[in-house]
Amino acid sequence: MQALVVASHGSHLNPDASAPTYAHADAIRETGAFDEVQEAFWKEEPHFREAFRSLEAEEVYVVPLFISEGYFTERVIPRELRLEGWDPSLWDSEGTSAESATLEAGDVEKTVHYCGPVGTHDAMTDVIVRRAERVTGDPQVGPGVGLAVVGHGTDRNDNSAKAVEYHAERIRDRGRFEEVKALFMDESPEVDDVTAYFRSRDVVLVPLFIADGFHTQEDIPEDVGLTDDHRRGWSVPADVDGHRLWYAGAVGTEELLAGVVLERAAAAGADVGDALETVRGDVTGTGG
Amino acid sequence: MERKIDVDGLRLEHEDGAYVLETPGDDPARLDEAALDDALEAAEPYVSNWYYWEATVGGEGTARRAFLRWCERAPIVDAQRAGRAADATRSVPDRYQRLRDGLERGWGQLVVTTRLVDDAPFDGERVYDLCHVDDVDADAAALERYTDPREARKIARADEDGRYRPLKTAPTLRPGWTFTGLSGEQLVETVDAFYPATIANWDRERRGELDVDHWLETATRQTGIYDVVDELPREAVDWMAESCCVDSQCLRRRAWQYADGDDLSTPSGDGQFPCREPCSLVIAAAREWTDLESDPERRYELELTERELAQLSALIDAVADDRLG
Ligand code: SF4
Repeated sequence: MQALVVASHGSHLNPDASAPTYAHADAIRETGAFDEVQEAFWKEEPHFREAFRSLEAEEVYVVPLFISEGYFTERVIPRELRLEGWDPSLWDSEGTSAESATLEAGDVEKTVHYCGPVGTHDAMTDVIVRRAERVTGDPQVGPGVGLAVVGHGTDRNDNSAKAVEYHAERIRDRGRFEEVKALFMDESPEVDDVTAYFRSRDVVLVPLFIADGFHTQEDIPEDVGLTDDHRRGWSVPADVDGHRLWYAGAVGTEELLAGVVLERAAAAGADVGDALETVRGDVTGTGG
Repeated sequence: MERKIDVDGLRLEHEDGAYVLETPGDDPARLDEAALDDALEAAEPYVSNWYYWEATVGGEGTARRAFLRWCERAPIVDAQRAGRAADATRSVPDRYQRLRDGLERGWGQLVVTTRLVDDAPFDGERVYDLCHVDDVDADAAALERYTDPREARKIARADEDGRYRPLKTAPTLRPGWTFTGLSGEQLVETVDAFYPATIANWDRERRGELDVDHWLETATRQTGIYDVVDELPREAVDWMAESCCVDSQCLRRRAWQYADGDDLSTPSGDGQFPCREPCSLVIAAAREWTDLESDPERRYELELTERELAQLSALIDAVADDRLG
């Protein structure tokens, strides 16, 4: 038997923080690829601490639903899961190339495959593009359009900026969009000045965040000038300084992210059958 | 017959070319193959009971199986229930009698009803219903009816007034719903969605293997913004357990203490299932408290739930009143 644990931050305050985690876990449940699928959280229940004990499977794949390789994925999660002998060097990563490490956990007799976060997997690039397709309603979006991948920025020495830049560069290399930039909330180049960084009239903004919350639903919309007051909402597209801004909301809410979770587990040795094809099913970029 | 059956009083063995069948109250009978069928029929309800536990439930040694057996007051193998009264169990005929009407057991604010299915493909098949303790006598037609365990997450999300419930074992589960006709596996999944990991921890405790992390262990392990919580004075830990962990606030029974062999003075509570470690809400509250302790002049922006806010205000009042001495 094999089990999947989707590890996520969660929140004591915001009931929507865990919505993407449940949605992706459910999508994977429905494929039947794993005998058991379990959500686990830092700030909700079940806590990381108790992530394994309700599982009957002996083989467990843990995929962190986090953007970057850093404090949470390299320290907090392995410690709370009691992964014996864990060291970040086992991922052998420069900040965006983690794969997986196979370890044992201190409180259960199981083999645990601890995977890198979804945020730094190559397939995340496609999720960002899919997000742009969805928000514009155009499966071919790209020519003549600018794309801003928006990240938090320097945060507890995380590699969060690296992940944002990594995907921006990969999308740029594909030549599909007119211009591609990595922008940040807390460091330069700042998302506040988004219109100054683009020549294209239409610019899609995709925040590289797992869940919608204060950052994606309050800070960024106001900083960018989509609205003066987030409580009144904003239009998509919104006219700002002569540009049309298509603001996508957190990339983590995109259905295709379930595919990245599966890719992570499959790369670590999970048998996922044809589940990947199933979760990638909606290729229109607009469908529900 | 390759192996021996020994479940709830039914014993069947293949010995020297004959079957040896035994049920409680009857002497072992040596039977040949032809006589076995009739004898098994006469051995009801022991045989259908064996079939249910063997073929449908399986999972020998799992928390799932132990919980399902607890639900119908069946004896549980290797029960230790360290330090707690043994559960009164019942014999198979007695259980069958009760299962026809539905046998109820409480789990926090949940009530599990185990029933025998009348028109099941085989005798002895059980199904499980689940409802809120306040709805036990309610007219079933007046309740929202569910069959998918995942619906439990949505019910557990907010209390009756729509307030978010980050602590799943807070006694604020809203009534008004029922899950009916669940399989054993679905029941466990549903209970886990309402009260995560409570079945697993109850099972560990029952075996005498609960891995408790006491306050100091959990507090010392923290890093980042929670690094400071191990500085919390001992009285404040007691105070937190008293304001957050008592039965009126949380249905888990607190099994953790200040340190191993160094108990807090606050009672642990009477909950059905144990709490093996201070939860993330208590750690978050401890951090706010530590900050207030170390520098009362600073301004803080707190992000708190209503419950946390109420607890923190009470905490501040206690300090103001010098009640913490
Ligand atoms: S630490 Fe206290 S409040 Fe938290 S789950 Fe345990 S008993 Fe409940």
